Amino acid sequence: MQQSATTERRHVESVRHEEHAGFWRTYVFSIDHKVIGLQYMMSALVFLFFGFSLMMLMRWQLAYPGKSIPGEVFVLLPAVISAATLVIALISKRKLIGLVGLTFAGLAALVWYLVSDEVLFPDGVMVPELYNSFGAMHGTIMVFLGVVPLAVGGFGNYVVPLQVGAPDMAFPRLNMMSYWAYFIGGVVMLASFFVPGGAANSGWTSYPPLADIATTGQTVWLLGMVFLITSSLLGSINFIVTIVQLRANGLTYMRLPFFVWAQFITAFLLLLAFPPLEAAAVLQLMDRLAGTSFFLPSGLVISGQALEVSGGGSPLLWQHLFWFLAHPEVYVLVLPAMGIIAEVIANNTRKPLWGYKSMVYAVIFLGFMSFIVWAHHMFMTGMGTVISTFFQTTTMIISIPSVIILTALMISLWGGSIRFTVPMLFALAFLPMFGIGGLTGLPLGLAPTDIHLHDTYYVIGHFHYVVAPGSIFALFAGLYYWYPKVTGRLMNDTLGRIHFWGSFFAMNGIFFPMLIQGLAGVSRRLWDGGAEYAHAQDTLYLNEVMSISAWVLAVFQLPFIFNFFWSIRKGKKVESDNPWDATTLEWQTPTPPPHGNFAMVPQVYRGPYEYSDPKSPKDYVPQNVA
Amino acid sequence: MQIPYTVAARPDTGLHNSKLGIWLFLASEVMLFGALFSSYILLRVAAPEWPHGSAILNVPLATLNTVVLIASSVTMVMSWASLMLKDFTKYRRYMGLTIVCGLVFLVVKVFEYGAKFSAGTFPGEDLFFATYFTLTGLHGLHVVGGIIVNTYFWGPGSRMWNTEPRRFTNRVEVAGLYWHFVDLVWIFLFPTLYLL
Repeated sequence: MQQSATTERRHVESVRHEEHAGFWRTYVFSIDHKVIGLQYMMSALVFLFFGFSLMMLMRWQLAYPGKSIPGEVFVLLPAVISAATLVIALISKRKLIGLVGLTFAGLAALVWYLVSDEVLFPDGVMVPELYNSFGAMHGTIMVFLGVVPLAVGGFGNYVVPLQVGAPDMAFPRLNMMSYWAYFIGGVVMLASFFVPGGAANSGWTSYPPLADIATTGQTVWLLGMVFLITSSLLGSINFIVTIVQLRANGLTYMRLPFFVWAQFITAFLLLLAFPPLEAAAVLQLMDRLAGTSFFLPSGLVISGQALEVSGGGSPLLWQHLFWFLAHPEVYVLVLPAMGIIAEVIANNTRKPLWGYKSMVYAVIFLGFMSFIVWAHHMFMTGMGTVISTFFQTTTMIISIPSVIILTALMISLWGGSIRFTVPMLFALAFLPMFGIGGLTGLPLGLAPTDIHLHDTYYVIGHFHYVVAPGSIFALFAGLYYWYPKVTGRLMNDTLGRIHFWGSFFAMNGIFFPMLIQGLAGVSRRLWDGGAEYAHAQDTLYLNEVMSISAWVLAVFQLPFIFNFFWSIRKGKKVESDNPWDATTLEWQTPTPPPHGNFAMVPQVYRGPYEYSDPKSPKDYVPQNVA
Repeated sequence: MQIPYTVAARPDTGLHNSKLGIWLFLASEVMLFGALFSSYILLRVAAPEWPHGSAILNVPLATLNTVVLIASSVTMVMSWASLMLKDFTKYRRYMGLTIVCGLVFLVVKVFEYGAKFSAGTFPGEDLFFATYFTLTGLHGLHVVGGIIVNTYFWGPGSRMWNTEPRRFTNRVEVAGLYWHFVDLVWIFLFPTLYLL
């Protein structure tokens, strides 16, 4: 009690201190890692919703090809969210929530603008070109503007310095620049919807020669990517330096929370895998703007006309450079999620993580291996059996560390007195969902089976199981788990449970049928969902199942969005700085942590998960208790 | 709480923050140029014929540029060493020389580019010139960036010498590491494009 009174006083002082800095310095151009983390989080959540909205429109086309879209219904969702957040903003008098409300209003207007456009939606039916560009932008937005910024920029920024006992990130100004580079990249990507020919429409992978000759949107996409790459480069340097240099006294590497380890390896992946994509983007920009032929072979004929370029280039070169980034990128999407799950599971089973050290070694090995598996995306390019054998071998090897981590997390449940809190529900769902995602990946990693499954809906089902009910569930777990640290209030439990169960069933309703369709051989990226193909007829009815599940999923996000904003002012107040009785350092600070985080340099005496120690009076011992 | 190890080295790593930061940045730059060099190799081995660089590019000018850039690396080290010896006047002189060398490099490069453009040779000519212009262009941008940073430390940024000399010396060292890297990239580019 005494302690919480003093932390409260410290908090009041810190708030007063921050007020001196002025609105712009405190909320917009802040160099405080916590504010930057929240900026990342809010932007990424809005982008996630936007990427999801594109898919909801596409799913109408897939379920009911050729039927007029009920535009009003699709505008209704962002409009309702906008109205609700604006009302909350008025009640709680928070300008920033109002800003979110206005963003959603803009989103509703954008959807309305698109759907009522006679060129893009003649008679209310989406044209194939728009379908293609929605597909490309859905992938780009979800990966580069949604999940990664939320997992790394958001949670990483907010939690890592706290968990290592640091006052801030090592380079606070670089951190701010990283956010604004991301923000500009996002704006550039959004702006690409309005250039002639619309946004990029060559898939999120931007394969040439198609991407080389695509409309202007592709150039804008490449420019946007350069900003996003710069952002993640600055961020990753910052994370590594923070973790190596700013660890508190006594916080040895083997005492780091697993979340910090996951972010550490993720930062190395971002640092070393993104530059080759930047190189590839430069080469593709040269192809598009300076007339070079890096990715254009000789003798290319387009629409019956020979292309006037020097030729001699290699479209496969792009695939190599792209997947050299994009396979490690998969682990960038997954590792922070695993880190969050590890924190939530240790805290809610009230037990140390089982096999913490093997998990750490596994994650290091996984990071290393992720650089030599990329060509398993390219078995169909005819690169020869020897190379295929090499890459399928490394692919089978890389599944081992993932299985080690997942198994360790699963065994950690054994014999624990589990608290079924909302974050724990999401964490528990992550395990089997990520398991399905991982296991369905094995047939894709083996060259012979990949020949049948390549470019079918099976691939879509596989990686969406990894990133949607996998990573995104982990991110939800993180949001519910760290919310009380950020706001001092808990999110509503009942609404959280409705959100969880609704999302859980809807997610499976979307992605499981994809596996079935894929096994039947239905190709991905078909504008009509396979309606014109004889072999797709037997599984065509699943399109409607998936689309309805997607819309149901959207409806079940409403309780979350409402809960998220409502609880900032009206949620149940936490009774201490450590409402979950957790051991790691971020819970040993005032709530919310002031600028500079800790009143004095913390001293660490023990490992990250000392729960249920029979010798201690409580069932947990924080890391900074001697 | 202040951010620690901005100036002094952390005992167990032996590094201050910005030194580790610049090494990580250089690692990512190695991956960037590594990817471009790999692309060059892949394109060249796949090409039915590939021109000999010395036959169509100006080797004497590029040799001059190589010498200029290596000289600038030496003066960069001298400027840092002068700061270590607490001789600020000498620092200004050597840093100034480094900047001048960088500018000479760019001017020579502009003449080389100009000669090619006026002869009607552009990046779209063939794959050789596509790689030549892309790689040297990207390297040129790195030189420009280095010159901007060095000029800042020569001019307005050098005021820090009066308030925090140790920190300023660290900054110059870090800028130097970057400058040496830019130099090193050219030492790979020169034989790859002009001689092989």
